[in-house]
Amino acid sequence: MTDWIAAALLLGGGFFCVVAGLGLLRLGDVYCRMHAATKAGTLGLALVCLGAMVRAGNWGELLEPLFVFVFMIATAPIGAHLIGRAAFRKHCETLPRTGADPGTEAFRG
Amino acid sequence: MMGIIIDTEVGGVLGAALELTVLCVAFALAAAVYRLLRGPTLADRVVALDMISVLLVVFLVAFRMVSGVDAYMFVAIGLALIAFLATVAFAGYIDRARGDQVQTTMNGDPGHTAEGGAGHGPAAREPEGEE
Repeated sequence: MTDWIAAALLLGGGFFCVVAGLGLLRLGDVYCRMHAATKAGTLGLALVCLGAMVRAGNWGELLEPLFVFVFMIATAPIGAHLIGRAAFRKHCETLPRTGADPGTEAFRG
Repeated sequence: MMGIIIDTEVGGVLGAALELTVLCVAFALAAAVYRLLRGPTLADRVVALDMISVLLVVFLVAFRMVSGVDAYMFVAIGLALIAFLATVAFAGYIDRARGDQVQTTMNGDPGHTAEGGAGHGPAAREPEGEE
């Protein structure tokens, strides 16, 4: 039974990795691609780690995937925030129909 | 146990699921490498690098189950801890780069400039030549 649950979770993680890859290939500008790339970091890694935890035979095997996921969740937003801010301040192109709120330009400085 | 794509330690439905998962991660890695080589802006390349490091962690967790070797999980823990450092460093470099828009294409043309539309910052920006 645990084999089937772990297999389903692993396949879900692999599916989200494929979705992230397709998004990285197909989406229009750098901000949309960041949106796609985070799917692999959160949902893909979470489901694969859950699949590994379901199959765990002892406490070490149960906790190690949890550590991996917690460390990635704790550190990934830092890099994503900094690269998004750098792209925005360097005027990376947006898709033509992207709107901006008034006063957005003040954050480019 | 002999698999279709890779040899897995576990068999049955879990072995097949592991093979498919590794294949999915490999496809995502190929997509990220394509974006890394192609990406019109420097930020695109850094986003692709960030996703490659995340996909490596996913692959290591899956490969721990494939191979049954505990050391792969320790590598995954270490990589998950330091994966964001490269992104932070590259974001700092982009932030400090001179020029308005960091457009670095392989063949040297300054990228296609989308015409018109709101949210483009200062309109009618001249595409800058190579630095």
